[in-house]
Amino acid sequence: MLTDLLGFPPQVLFGQLLLGLINGAFYAVLSLGLAVIFGLLNIVNFAHGALYMLGAFATLGLTQYLGIGYWGALIFAPLIVGAIGVGLERVLLRRLSGIDHLYGLLLTFGLALVIEGTFVKLFGASGIPYPTPEALQGGVNLGFMFLPFYRGWVVVASLAVCVATWYLFERTKIGAYLRAGTENPRLLQAFGVNVPLLTTLAYGYGVALAAFAGVLAAPITQVNPLMGSNLIIVVFAVVVIGGMGSIMGAVVTGLSMGIIEGLTKVFWPEASSTVIFVVMAIVLVLRPAGLFGKPA
Amino acid sequence: MKLFKKLAASASVLAMLASGASAEISDGVVKIGLLTDMSGTYSDVAGPGTITAAEMAIEEFGGTVAGAPIELVSADHQNKADISANKARQWGDTEQVDAFAELVTTSVAMAVFEVAKQQNKIALVSGAASSPLTNDACIPTGLHWTYNTRALGVGTGSAVVAEGGDSWFFLTADYAFGEALQNDVSKVVEAAGGKVLGSVKHPFPASDFSSFMLQAQASGAKVIGLANAGGDTINAIKAAKEFGIVEAGQKIAGLLVFLSDVHALGLDTAQGLQMTVSFYWDMNDETREWSRRFFEKTGKMPTGIQAGTYSSVRHYLKAIEATGSDDTDTVVAKMREMPVEDMFAHGGVLRTDGRMVHDMYLAEVKSPADSSGPWDYLKIVRTIPGEEAFGPLSESTCPTK
Repeated sequence: MLTDLLGFPPQVLFGQLLLGLINGAFYAVLSLGLAVIFGLLNIVNFAHGALYMLGAFATLGLTQYLGIGYWGALIFAPLIVGAIGVGLERVLLRRLSGIDHLYGLLLTFGLALVIEGTFVKLFGASGIPYPTPEALQGGVNLGFMFLPFYRGWVVVASLAVCVATWYLFERTKIGAYLRAGTENPRLLQAFGVNVPLLTTLAYGYGVALAAFAGVLAAPITQVNPLMGSNLIIVVFAVVVIGGMGSIMGAVVTGLSMGIIEGLTKVFWPEASSTVIFVVMAIVLVLRPAGLFGKPA
Repeated sequence: MKLFKKLAASASVLAMLASGASAEISDGVVKIGLLTDMSGTYSDVAGPGTITAAEMAIEEFGGTVAGAPIELVSADHQNKADISANKARQWGDTEQVDAFAELVTTSVAMAVFEVAKQQNKIALVSGAASSPLTNDACIPTGLHWTYNTRALGVGTGSAVVAEGGDSWFFLTADYAFGEALQNDVSKVVEAAGGKVLGSVKHPFPASDFSSFMLQAQASGAKVIGLANAGGDTINAIKAAKEFGIVEAGQKIAGLLVFLSDVHALGLDTAQGLQMTVSFYWDMNDETREWSRRFFEKTGKMPTGIQAGTYSSVRHYLKAIEATGSDDTDTVVAKMREMPVEDMFAHGGVLRTDGRMVHDMYLAEVKSPADSSGPWDYLKIVRTIPGEEAFGPLSESTCPTK
């Protein structure tokens, strides 16, 4: 009824909802990584978009030079980029622990510019195509829209990773340490837990999540040096809305923001790049700690 | 004291020599300020390649014109109008820049036009495409070189309508260029008896086009016109393929596609695409020779914007050579008087509304089987005479024409 009033048949709306969910799955995986990193390291990781891009380029490199296809890349690309993340944490970020957030933000932002600039110089801004894996080519007609199999896979894979991460953090011993590290790192250290190692691993894990999203994105968009910078600001807004450092918040907000953005693309397409920031502003006014965040 | 006098004397002689050699060249140097997108969405279609192209034009003159050295400065405008205006103003006010070049992205070109008008400098536009630049938004010293949205509409628009594509839906980049392109193509489609069913404005730049593609599909239009460029066009074409839009019977018309886009998409995805181009490297011996040299420097074949930048800078320098002056009004008058003759354009005419009129070409992307290797991508289907592509001067709404 409402949809008829607005002049859109229900089929169009269903299609857009589904597409919103697909994009939301990307937002969820990316903001999850950011939330993990912020929760443990108190670092606003502006290099996240660049590391996501590295994930896609690692996929391309693995295929071109080592003959490792998409499925292998799904495992190896996050491992490689995660290792790069561990290196970054050990060599650079560690030195900033304990001082103002602003320094971490500036350092990671600078890193992002350097990494992206280097890749634009090497590969150009148009990007390089990466084929959809054979098993996932084609699609199915759902009646209201044509769903490419690959997009369906993206949602399944993303949600699986989100659930696994939630389980890791909320239901395992390591997760308990990580959460304790967020609350009170000094006390945790006094109990004999190696907190610096824990933070390094957490950063590596957050970065690996970004790279995983990069692998998923490679066949959809071009493998493009700028793919991360187009996405990162939106993902930050998602994290702020969900509540900095909240795992559940990142996932739920990621999916719902994808849907809100998808609907905006139908009703007011020009505003689709802005709507998430409007939501962010409203949430910040009403609940400064975010929807799922605990007030400081 | 004696030594000082000698020094002073020789210095003044040198100064006289220097000023005598280039009596009419202000500040003793011809300085061109090139503003382009060095790292963003348009850095492949324009970007560093336009700097190389401008340098190639300067090299042809041996680095000096009318006895004065030619200097090229460049900056990254990041596709932002405010950055461009500030940079252009700084160059014009304090760094003796005589002409601005390239200026991809319509909003950038319009911002620099404002500065060029205030400072009475020349703006050589290559990359920006919007036809308003030589219509409502024209300035007496703004010269629009490579192409415009009207020509793109006449080329690709009419070709698609002629093949039966008589109902259109547009995906339009949400800024001045997208709007100009949609307007110009709509006029062509409607004049040929076709219908425009609707359009959706997408943010610039956008990474995910699936939603917009589904809206276009739901419109039932025979043709989905992409009124965007660069990375946006690439992503839109990919989304169309992924969502089975073409297989379901709709046709995608890329209204501004560059050689670098075809290279990035690969022939498998791009084959059969029709595009209107101002230049293709493999047209004749002259274009091949120039493009080979360009390729040796950059590792890529030139786009029309890059070749057009070369042509505009070269013609500007030719006019300075002919008049011995870099005075804006003198040079512009001479540029209008001389036909544009180089590997980019033959018998090109620079009109009083700022439009450089030259032939355009309708091309089709080859299939992988027809292509002999990298960069062998296009087949020229038709030459569009300059007057047909850009329309007669009487049609221009430029107030100062």
